[in-house]
Amino acid sequence: MLNSFMSYLGSTVTPGEAGNQLWALIYVLIIFAGVSVAVICMNWIERKALAHFQIRLGPMRVGPHGLMQPIADALKLMLKEDIIPAEADQFVFWVAPLIGLLAAFTVYTVIPFGPSQAVSDMNIGILFMLGVSSLGVLGIVVAGWASNSHYPLIGALRSSAQMVSYEVAMGLTVVSAILMTSLNASGTGTLSMIGIVRAQQEQGYWFIFKFFPLGFIAFAIFAIAMVAETNRAPFDMAEAESELTAGFHTEYSGLRWSLFMLAEYAAMIAVSSIAVTLWLGGWVRPFPNLLHEPVWEFIFSLFPALTFGGLAAVAFIGAARMPADSFFKIQRIGLAVFAALLGFIALLLLVIAVAGRSADTSVAARFREGIDYVYWFVLKVAVFMYLFIWYRATWPRYRFDQLMKIGWKVMLPISLGVLVVTAIVGVLVK
Amino acid sequence: MTDRLNEVSRLDLETAEKPYLDSNELIINMGPRHPATHGVLRVILKLDGERVLGTECVIGYLHRGVEKIAENRTYTMFNPYVDRMDYCAAVSNGLGYCEAVEKLMNVEAPPRAQYIRVILTELNRIASHQLWLGTHALDIGAMTPLFYTFRDREEILKIFERYCGARLTTHAFRIGGCQYETYAGFEKDVTNFLTFFAPKIDEYETLLTTNRIWLERTKNVGVISAADAIALGVTGPVLRASGVKWDLRKAQPYANYSKFDFEIPVGTNGDTYDRYLVRMAEMRQSMRIVEQAVNGIPEGPIMGKVPKVIKPPVGEIYHSIEAPKGELGFFIVSDGSTQPYRLRVRPPSFVNLQALDIMVRGLLVADVVAVIGTIDIVLGEVDR
Repeated sequence: MLNSFMSYLGSTVTPGEAGNQLWALIYVLIIFAGVSVAVICMNWIERKALAHFQIRLGPMRVGPHGLMQPIADALKLMLKEDIIPAEADQFVFWVAPLIGLLAAFTVYTVIPFGPSQAVSDMNIGILFMLGVSSLGVLGIVVAGWASNSHYPLIGALRSSAQMVSYEVAMGLTVVSAILMTSLNASGTGTLSMIGIVRAQQEQGYWFIFKFFPLGFIAFAIFAIAMVAETNRAPFDMAEAESELTAGFHTEYSGLRWSLFMLAEYAAMIAVSSIAVTLWLGGWVRPFPNLLHEPVWEFIFSLFPALTFGGLAAVAFIGAARMPADSFFKIQRIGLAVFAALLGFIALLLLVIAVAGRSADTSVAARFREGIDYVYWFVLKVAVFMYLFIWYRATWPRYRFDQLMKIGWKVMLPISLGVLVVTAIVGVLVK
Repeated sequence: MTDRLNEVSRLDLETAEKPYLDSNELIINMGPRHPATHGVLRVILKLDGERVLGTECVIGYLHRGVEKIAENRTYTMFNPYVDRMDYCAAVSNGLGYCEAVEKLMNVEAPPRAQYIRVILTELNRIASHQLWLGTHALDIGAMTPLFYTFRDREEILKIFERYCGARLTTHAFRIGGCQYETYAGFEKDVTNFLTFFAPKIDEYETLLTTNRIWLERTKNVGVISAADAIALGVTGPVLRASGVKWDLRKAQPYANYSKFDFEIPVGTNGDTYDRYLVRMAEMRQSMRIVEQAVNGIPEGPIMGKVPKVIKPPVGEIYHSIEAPKGELGFFIVSDGSTQPYRLRVRPPSFVNLQALDIMVRGLLVADVVAVIGTIDIVLGEVDR
């Protein structure tokens, strides 16, 4: 067992490819924990960012600047009474949130955080991903049906219609990205997530800039469709709070409700990851072909440390700016400790970046590379997550029929056109 | 509950010939506890999928018997009660009631009191429209305008608070004038508000007026023709958005309004978007009126010659004013005693709400909340 543990260190393929089940399990656990933590962070960031868009402060009471608020929320939800309506179909009601959660989390098995930082590199990765993430709608439909109530039923119907119609446009843009992967010497494309990023690396283009503006249009359609796919504003018809009280999860409360929320945020991260993988070069850092000297390599590898250092500085300033009143003493200490923690991580990352700066195959260098890959990937995903919050703060909600109209009459023809033109241009280029 | 729904299915709806609970129809209950019914309005919707076949409003969840209370209170004692009807525009309610009683007694408030009344009423109109805008946008899914409007509404409420000590149910006016002289710095506060608020309206408009989603959600939604609106007795911005230039401030000037220069914004299509534009323009017009009033405010007494005990002569009176939501009328029958014999209120929200059904038929569920928002009802006034 120790052997199989050690033998994988320094490997350049995913544990799935290496057939190393132990490491695959470790990766699964890391990803599960990481996504859960990311959802918790996202919860706090969304509430804070939304609050600042809306000239409010957001959570401020639980911990310094409300940092412990997600934990308090989670505790509250777990301790709430578990209500299943008498008229509901009990088993289906029980199983519905689990379907959504399972679909949202299964997707992560093929998401490449780096060339070897994925559980598995399936040769049909993107297909698997689209298929499994669409299963999430089943959880919503089933939840709306099992609640045996009008509003959830309408929410579920809206959700299913919406997902089905946006999946088509989404799928077509994905196909045009896959076409772009085949523009190499051998002329064969790939459906593998890692293969798609590698293709962008080889061609020296992120696919968003490929055949400009074709790649960009396809990306834009994907970016719109993915908002609809995850039921987020301005396409949050399924839970339209002012129309359907809470849509499909009206009858849910406590832990079950929080599972829906967990699934929603996990799905948001998942679709953002697809977008990053397909269009924004996945784990590849910016300008790898322009700035490829070792010194640039080193400078870019400092970014993770700098990010955490910057966050630590912000937290320190926040602690210093807290009112001098003794009432804030604990909060000030808490924030300072949090800042120190971030600073410590920054220091650790700096040490790793310096220790692993040589491009050899030592474990330190591999570790440094891995951190870089994950860092750039997560940074790109974070941009999308911020966009999700920004949309929600800015726009009103589309009406159901307008949403369908856009899906079928605007996005579908455009994405089909982009696909055809991409194919033609691809052939001509060859 | 079942009886109620059966009753609805017997209503004269477009598909009344179909058997009850045809497989295509769904009867759902929106309210009284629903995030978008602005209080405790209950709307029973008859749906075909998401399309609305008919509606039935069930009101009375906030009924407090204001009109009956009036019969057991003296004229002075009843004055604060009117604030509790349209609590978003309490000042307008007070103005309507005080002017009605004054007309009945044949007294008139002194000019200075009139000017103070106009300033506060128009500020209140802005505050009411701000509240409408925030909640209406929230119904359509735009969360952020709500917080912007509440931030700015706060400044108006601060002026009210400094003037009379109350923010919401102000009881600002008395029969015969105003009880309170303006506080030191009142004019400055009002002028400061005007300069503060002018760019804020542009800020709201930035978020909404040309927003593509906002246009799609409001254009041609909840259309009511001028003829229908007049037939239903609809007044206020809802009527004006249909193209009828009817504003009591111009049509039957009261409280000095004839002295001020302002325009009546009107719409053309009578849809939700026009009502939005009309109200936004009205806020600007209200600012114009306040500016003129605060610059021209005369010196003098603030209370007319009113006896300590108010005993109007035997008779009856109907007096109406242009409240933020439409025509607010008070019909008072006096038997010569200290209490009204009968008092009847013509609330704009109640009458305008009747238009809901013809506005939403054939639209979708999402439009119902948009239309409820655009009619701008306050349930305290609908139910009284």
